[in-house]
Amino acid sequence: MNILRPYLAAFAARFKTMLQYRAAAVAGFTTQCWWGGLKVMVYTAFYRHSVHAHAPMTLAQVITYTWLGQALLALQPWGGDPEVAAAVRTGAVSYDRLRPVDTYTWWFIRAAAWMSARALPRAALMFAAAAVLLPLAGLDAWSWRAPADATQAGLFVLSLALMILLGAAFTMLINLCITATLTDRGINTLAPAFVILLSGNLIPLGLFPDWIQPALIAQPFAGMLDIPTRIYLGTLSGGAAWAGLALQVFWTLTFVMLGRKGIAGVMSRLEVQGG
Amino acid sequence: MSQIVVEGLAKTYRIAERQPGLLRLLRRRWREVEALKDVSFSLQRGELLGFIGPNGAGKSTTIKILSGILRPTAGRVVIEGRVPFDNRIAHVARIGAVFGQRSQLWWDLPVIDGFDLLRDIYRVEPTVYRQTRDELVAMLRLERVLDQPVRQLSLGQRMRAEIAAALLHAPPILFLDEPTIGLDAPSKLAVREFVKKLNRERDVTVLLTTHDMHDIEALAQRVIVIGHGRVLADQSFDVLADRRLLVDFTDDAPVIAIEGAQLLRHEGRSVEFSFDPRVIGAPALIARIAADHAVEDIRVEQPAIEEVIARFYHLHGATEA
Repeated sequence: MNILRPYLAAFAARFKTMLQYRAAAVAGFTTQCWWGGLKVMVYTAFYRHSVHAHAPMTLAQVITYTWLGQALLALQPWGGDPEVAAAVRTGAVSYDRLRPVDTYTWWFIRAAAWMSARALPRAALMFAAAAVLLPLAGLDAWSWRAPADATQAGLFVLSLALMILLGAAFTMLINLCITATLTDRGINTLAPAFVILLSGNLIPLGLFPDWIQPALIAQPFAGMLDIPTRIYLGTLSGGAAWAGLALQVFWTLTFVMLGRKGIAGVMSRLEVQGG
Repeated sequence: MSQIVVEGLAKTYRIAERQPGLLRLLRRRWREVEALKDVSFSLQRGELLGFIGPNGAGKSTTIKILSGILRPTAGRVVIEGRVPFDNRIAHVARIGAVFGQRSQLWWDLPVIDGFDLLRDIYRVEPTVYRQTRDELVAMLRLERVLDQPVRQLSLGQRMRAEIAAALLHAPPILFLDEPTIGLDAPSKLAVREFVKKLNRERDVTVLLTTHDMHDIEALAQRVIVIGHGRVLADQSFDVLADRRLLVDFTDDAPVIAIEGAQLLRHEGRSVEFSFDPRVIGAPALIARIAADHAVEDIRVEQPAIEEVIARFYHLHGATEA
């Protein structure tokens, strides 16, 4: 327990600090509402007018997928941890190395706390709006539906937890890139291009052609939204759901190993200049 | 057995060099910069060592290597049997450090929350922590700022909080990198007073860098002058700091020869002596001059650190390439 004490304290402190930014959460929620509503209307129009097309997902599934994607947006690794970027820019990274903790775990925990604390109020607000208010307003067709069944719901919670770990492990690779290049601008512009498309955030991966599906599921970004959402919808169930979870675990471990290897190299070449 | 042993320490940085012109941007060139060439010294438990030298001399680099943050390019550092970079986690648990130009406290958190976080980071026993914290708060007069977020503190308050933060785990060794930078006079005095007390009463080994000669004079028994990545001098402060006596006479300045005083400048009605206070004290020197001549004004000055360093450069300049 004593071994974990610094990490638990860091998680709690970061989580609490992030929850202070309520205005940012409301602003983010508002943007995601508009964007989500827009996508729901576009999909509805598509499904109404292309009746002859073979649709791999029902409209209700695509709409729930969209709202889940909007709700979990802050859990996706859109860039490095701004605290790490600031520490690297100001040289305060010295203090990170002055603590008797494993630097990788230290940054990983803080990234996980940062992402989940940002996601929590946004997801709650999105759920209230899309799953509760929309049906009440008579827009049941556009609403966020309940999970397929209790088993799928349980597996979804598991997959969601893995999504956080996978996201934090990927954030750590971005953090290392920032530490090595001393700036967050390059990688923070590059990374979202992969995340938005390959995680299913822009278009559900299930709507892509059948022949490319195995590759899409196997690539690491699927675990950052698509796999949890497919499990929620029940389109990934039974053995396939467990395979999805296994893929999330596999990519998390791969990223962690890469990150741990990278951090040793970056830290032994660390240079802190100017006082 | 020395507590800190540094032998032949060297650190080379690689910096990108940019040529002027647009096409040259495509070609990246690297230049090696030797921040430290050959630094050796050792420190006994309970010593208070001052580290001085101009910007870029290698002071901060040395402290960061001793703290386990940077890996030396060559040389050996052993602190209480540990090699700082290789045994980093075990090492940093037993040292405290303040880097004057950075902040280790959490900007958004009240000071007390930051302290509590450090308690968990260093895995300090809660009862031991409370005692250490209360003592530090009293000694550094932090009672009134404990509940304030760090971003609202004045620089003086923040620096005192930073120093307390570095000592919550009661380390036997403290590294202070420019702890008085930018502080006003009362804050400087408070910091000096505290460091002195810590060193005397707790036997904490202190290594501090500064550009403020008064810090060194008030605190350090021993001073290392570092320049061009080398140790230029390692001696007691008294030897390093001579005094200056400036005398304005009512008429043209006479030629005066006094043992222990060296004439530096002789201009019109003014003369400037450099004197070693261990050979002849200021009162005796002043009495000798005033007894024989009509004096208008006398001032005793201490040369600025720049002058001291410049003199050392001059003395050791011949050894540089």
